[in-house]
Amino acid sequence: MQKIQKPGDLVTTLLVGLGLTLLAVGFYFALAAPPDANQGYLARIMYLHVPSAWVGYLAFFSALLYSAAYLIWRRPGLDRMAAASVEIGLVFLGLALVTGMLWARPTWGVYWTWEPRLTTTAILFAVYVGYLVLRSAIEDPDLRAKASAAVGILGAINVPISYMSVKWWRSLHQTQSLDLTTGKVHMDGAMVLALLVNLAAFSILFLALLRLRGLLEKRGGKLVSEA
Amino acid sequence: MKPKHLFGIVVVVAALGYLIFGGLGRNLVYFITPSEYFQDQARYQSRLVRLGGLVKAGSVQYNKETLALRFVITDGVREIPVSHSGTPPALFKENQGVVVEGRFNGEEFKGQELLVKHSEDYKAPGAGYSPEQLKKIIQETK
Repeated sequence: MQKIQKPGDLVTTLLVGLGLTLLAVGFYFALAAPPDANQGYLARIMYLHVPSAWVGYLAFFSALLYSAAYLIWRRPGLDRMAAASVEIGLVFLGLALVTGMLWARPTWGVYWTWEPRLTTTAILFAVYVGYLVLRSAIEDPDLRAKASAAVGILGAINVPISYMSVKWWRSLHQTQSLDLTTGKVHMDGAMVLALLVNLAAFSILFLALLRLRGLLEKRGGKLVSEA
Repeated sequence: MKPKHLFGIVVVVAALGYLIFGGLGRNLVYFITPSEYFQDQARYQSRLVRLGGLVKAGSVQYNKETLALRFVITDGVREIPVSHSGTPPALFKENQGVVVEGRFNGEEFKGQELLVKHSEDYKAPGAGYSPEQLKKIIQETK
């Protein structure tokens, strides 16, 4: 008889709970934040756009770490976590692209333009779509894991390029308002608070989703090996 | 390898190739400044270029009937008159950073697309803004 497994573990449940709570708090702060002097309430899409892009970057960085770890220790679990990171990263980077377009139309005047930040981000997105296509194309688990790890590591080079593109090249996209490289903040206090809470909420939800996806993959792997 | 996987890989590689060699290659220099134009005028004649700079204060003329927009773009050193047809984006104003896509037509730059840059500074409209101004900001950017 098969052992009944618990639907999750305590850490994951706590992360989900904390992430959703912070998301609600962040939503409140985002709606309570003052309008921007130039953009009015339009600037509020930032509280969704910036955390989405951040989690996209974070997820691909996580995929880089798991891919490298797989190549060192060759444990299938590490390969699964790399793939889980990429899946979540694509969802959030896609969200960042869509919210960015919705923000761009009323401010810049167009949904899309081939400027450096947008182009490097589109490349980043395409590389990880390729990662998933590659995974589905290779049936041998060892080969699949090795090939995926290679793409996971090489693809991550584009993360800092995309982040720094607004500083390295002339772009239409504005530079960072919370600048990680210089530590400068170009926002009012209430806006920074709303952004930071949302950044925290999205980051924690990323960890929660990563653990959930990892659990699912593990179960799926077991089912296949038992069959 | 199944055909659908091969197809998927081809699509992704083609998309990447297009993005890297088409999109990025052309756009590493996303726009040129008026000074750069005057350094090498022949190079930019009668081809599609993006011109970036600030909207010179006091230079904006907009006719609401014909949608004809004229202004001067400046990088603080050199200036180029721009003509454009169409309603400018809500954030378009004097001293705002803009990027205009279009062609040089003699001394004048004929814009086809007008993009407005905005800064990374976000500030609440605090002291110095009247309630009417606040209302205007919120309504204009709806």
